[in-house]
Amino acid sequence: MERRDFLKRTGLTLGFLVAPGGLLRVVDAHACGEEGDVDLNAWVHISNSENTITVKCPTAEMGQGNYTAIPLLVAEELDADWRTIRVEQAPAEKAYANPDDFNVQGVGGTRATQGYWRTVRLAGAQARAILILNAAREWGVSPAECNTEPNNVVHAAAGRKMSYMEVAKLDNVTLDASLITEKHLKPSSQWRLIGRDARRLDVPLKVTGQARYGIDVQIPGMLYASILRPPVAALPQPLYGDGAENGPMKVDSAEALKIEGVVKVVELPHAVAVVGTDYWATVLGKRALKVEWRNGSLASQYDSEAKKREWATLAADRALKGRTFGNAGDFDAAFKTAAQTLSADYVTDHAHHACMEPFNATASMMHNDMELWSPTQGQTWAQQVCAKVTGLTEDKIRVHTTFLGGGFGAKTEQLPNAETAMLSKIMDKAVKVIWSREDDIKHGAYRPLAAQHLDAAIAADGRVLGWSHRVVADSVLARVRKTAWDQNPAIDSAVAVGMTQPYGIPNRHHEFVHQASGVPVGYWNAVGSGYTIFAVESFVDEVAAKLGKDPLQLRIDLLTDTRGKAVLERVRKLSDWSRPHDGMAMGVAYNHGGRGHGQIAQVVEVSVNRSSGAIRVHNVWAVADSGAVLQPRHLRQQLETGIIWGVSAALREQVTIKDGVVRQSSFNDYPVPRMDEIPEIHIELLQGGPELLSGAGQLGVAPMAPAIANAVYRLTGARLRALPMLPERMKLALGVMQGLGKQRIDSAT
Amino acid sequence: MAQKITATLTINGQRQTITAAADTPLLWVLREQLKLTGTKFGCGAGQCGACTVHLNGQPVQSCLQTLQDVAGKTITTIEGLSKDGSHPLQKAWLAEQVPQCGYCQSGQIMRAAGLLKETPRPTREQIVEYMSPNICRCGTYARITRAIERAAKEMAA
Repeated sequence: MERRDFLKRTGLTLGFLVAPGGLLRVVDAHACGEEGDVDLNAWVHISNSENTITVKCPTAEMGQGNYTAIPLLVAEELDADWRTIRVEQAPAEKAYANPDDFNVQGVGGTRATQGYWRTVRLAGAQARAILILNAAREWGVSPAECNTEPNNVVHAAAGRKMSYMEVAKLDNVTLDASLITEKHLKPSSQWRLIGRDARRLDVPLKVTGQARYGIDVQIPGMLYASILRPPVAALPQPLYGDGAENGPMKVDSAEALKIEGVVKVVELPHAVAVVGTDYWATVLGKRALKVEWRNGSLASQYDSEAKKREWATLAADRALKGRTFGNAGDFDAAFKTAAQTLSADYVTDHAHHACMEPFNATASMMHNDMELWSPTQGQTWAQQVCAKVTGLTEDKIRVHTTFLGGGFGAKTEQLPNAETAMLSKIMDKAVKVIWSREDDIKHGAYRPLAAQHLDAAIAADGRVLGWSHRVVADSVLARVRKTAWDQNPAIDSAVAVGMTQPYGIPNRHHEFVHQASGVPVGYWNAVGSGYTIFAVESFVDEVAAKLGKDPLQLRIDLLTDTRGKAVLERVRKLSDWSRPHDGMAMGVAYNHGGRGHGQIAQVVEVSVNRSSGAIRVHNVWAVADSGAVLQPRHLRQQLETGIIWGVSAALREQVTIKDGVVRQSSFNDYPVPRMDEIPEIHIELLQGGPELLSGAGQLGVAPMAPAIANAVYRLTGARLRALPMLPERMKLALGVMQGLGKQRIDSAT
Repeated sequence: MAQKITATLTINGQRQTITAAADTPLLWVLREQLKLTGTKFGCGAGQCGACTVHLNGQPVQSCLQTLQDVAGKTITTIEGLSKDGSHPLQKAWLAEQVPQCGYCQSGQIMRAAGLLKETPRPTREQIVEYMSPNICRCGTYARITRAIERAAKEMAA
């Protein structure tokens, strides 16, 4: 059968398919390339023989539902029958770059649906147009006379139709993809799939143990590696440094090499790897190593407790200039002439991701090609770092993205990929690197520690005329996007997200003061907004208290955004905000999303155990507006995850560092929530319109801490200005208050 | 280092003979030697429950059991809970759409299976107490609870 070149047959690929209600199965290489199996474009593959339509998902599935949401968007415009849709992970290729993520292939910062929203719907519409074109050509009619119904091209005038699978068998022609533009996309009123719950395509694999995560990859004859790391927190970004400043100085591997199964001890620039035939042997080998370390980075002088005090002083010192952004009016003038002023300082500790699946990766380098299997959030980065450490060119690195056992920003990190690439090259075999839980916690990409100083200028009549917010922290971008940062060290979007004032205050000042620490700080779930929104939303309550106003009403009064007002109005009703409480109190916080146009208002109901200092969150009411609701159940799941993260980050998650060494090591001293600590969560979704679509993965995280702090204040009169709100901090604040009477209370830091 | 031993165990109904260092955790025997990768490594210290399997019918954390400990015993992993994903808990997990990242879910389901064996109609409090050793970082706990209640109902019917 002849075929035009531009419609290529599927090559012999070995991939993994996920079917609705179905099982993981390897795509049979022989089944591909059969008549009627075609790639309509980079995103859509039709198989006549299997009666399936496979959509390539560009980004990783890490629990956020990409493997369902992306195919659903394609299927909507393709006019596909959802039951025939399969999803397959796309390889790392330029065609799959995320327009909203520095135009590289990857996901983070709630950018998946928001980023690919337009691209993948266009891909679906283009594929549909190709199918119409070919059916029309077969019938000898104009494509304009044809339409589609699910999985069929229809020519109503002649009362005939042809299934997509049959069209795929024709001697196909394609069309110029650029002919299909946004104006060809369905209006939201015609959506058939978007907005209705589809069952997640990945779920069947995840209840039978068949979902394959990075750690599950098995290559015949492969070796395993455990890596001994320096005592000081170290997570080099391989594009910008090899980490040798903290690396091994002297290695005694004699005892390790005696262990049966240990094959080799490899000195890497930043660490020492024990390679063996089974993982347990490498764990024992790692324990038997004796290594002296260089300890030559700035991190060795880092003490998180001291930094909080030091940086809090800097935050309050307006003479120290940082980088300003989004400013308006003249805050200094407003502050000088204000009838009343208010100031407060907030400090927050480092936090860690603690993904259930620790870092790992598997690489196999053969001659001048390398395959990488990785639970990665960043495919393009993975290619770049593997190319860098092996000397291969990027096009020689094939990236297979597996399921991720949690990502939360951590798996944008590339060190595990670089480690396995280096080891595979040295060993000339496939090598799987698995990090221990202890290394995962002691060498993480921590949420930056931050000190913040806020000032408000208030007129005699109570109007808020000025607002200043200064944050002092290390920079995430200076570490993970160093080249771009060095070229344009403007504002660190990861660190400062959430600072920009959402309230209609005429004189506004936002400033970021960068302090280098040498400690690895990175992307975290909602990153900076975890502390910036804590400060903003706590301080709004402090202003309300000073003015004697209801804090929820003050927010509505100050906001100019009608969607913001709407989520607050709705949450007031949903939570029955003004009802009396017995031994409990409510607090509210609002988040304008940081990225995109997302809006959320959350109310919490808390109690405080005055003898232990423990804060308990009983209920959370959340009203969210993320533009359009693509999948109501997924959206609720995302918001619930965010809320639970937010509670955990607010009350307990804390990484402390002394002389550069992280003190925590596992789930015993870095506790994350368990089933007995989960509040009742009540969520309502509003829809501001598809043009305002925004990611929702992180929307729920940030408001939890200030909502809790605000509730605690209303309950006890004690204002907590440090995260996490540990029991000892709560007790201290209550004790101080008893000693001082109900004046201004600063929590201990 | 511990000596190598050869042990015979019954895993998912099949007798298996394993040769490995005596102190090798059952977790790694399952994952590497038997390729049963549904059982996950989370912490290696018995703190997260991702590696939960049944040992002689009881849920245990396989990272804390050595090959020597389990010689001669009977083990069930997520792959052996049912032949085709049809255990009432697996069906309930689907119906409630429990998993997100899913990494902890094999362990959650195996722990829940232990609960229903001991307490066929658990109260909400009993569920919460029994399931607390198992961490889910995505926070799917509310759906886990509902799925257990759904499965218990189905099994009683």
